Amino acid sequence: MEKGSLMTFSFEILLLILLLVTAAGAILVKDLMSAILLLGSYSFFLSLVWAWFGAVDVAFVEAVVGSGLATVLFLLTLFGTAPKDSRLRRPPPPMAALVALPLLGILLLYAANDLPQFGDPNSPANVHISPTYLEQSYRDTHTPNVVTAVLMDYRSLDTMVETVVIFTAGIACALLLRRHAS
Amino acid sequence: MVDALSAVFQRPNFLAFVIIFLWGFYIMVTRYNLVKKLVGMYLVQTSVIFFLVSISAKKGATAPILLSTTDPVHAINYVNPLPHVLTLTAIVVGVATLGVGLALCSAIYRRYGSLDEEEILKRLE
Repeated sequence: MEKGSLMTFSFEILLLILLLVTAAGAILVKDLMSAILLLGSYSFFLSLVWAWFGAVDVAFVEAVVGSGLATVLFLLTLFGTAPKDSRLRRPPPPMAALVALPLLGILLLYAANDLPQFGDPNSPANVHISPTYLEQSYRDTHTPNVVTAVLMDYRSLDTMVETVVIFTAGIACALLLRRHAS
Repeated sequence: MVDALSAVFQRPNFLAFVIIFLWGFYIMVTRYNLVKKLVGMYLVQTSVIFFLVSISAKKGATAPILLSTTDPVHAINYVNPLPHVLTLTAIVVGVATLGVGLALCSAIYRRYGSLDEEEILKRLE
């Protein structure tokens, strides 16, 4: 392995370790406020990982919506309820969870052998239909950004109905949060 | 056994996905505090999206924005854009779900004065 690829590999590993550490912090910390701020930094590291993979659009959306909006929503909920209600009890875990989840984990890791290598240009996901989109989207839509072309042109109906989902979520929040509900 | 272990460690993204997914799911099932359950739900959502985006990566490729609009495009130079599109939708819908869950939490707190599952069940009776 030459030096350049070793460096990029270890950079990716470093980002993954930071990701796991912030996720573990958000889970293990007893205070809810610190857990939520750690979750925001987890989200930000996730967007860094995605920018590293070349998924710039996803990284932007995660940085704005995941790291920004979700953290703000969590904080608003904590301020609206009791910020001091952080007596988090850790109940003894149920037997079913202790048996089923490690089994599921072992099954998933056992299946890792059949996955294609990450970053392989000839993996099935990368050779099936996506080259067609990459090669023809500019001719069809005149948009250099292929993600935008697929999102706004090929799948525009899907994106339009997605706004209906968000509208429904907004209405549900408004109905739940109005005062004097009765 | 050694083959399986080396297969896992050659795919560190998959290992990170499995750890975060299962841990978040465990938190969702076992913790009593409702906000903590939503933290677990957020971890599960983002870990699945992380796995999908990992699949789209190609070594030595750049972001799926065409460098030149006149030359013919070689697909091997750009990462796979299709998982990105699907996950963009999934992120926004996931945060909308999270918002509804948090609104439910504060409505429950206003009605029952607690976010602890067992205390809520006690006050329901």
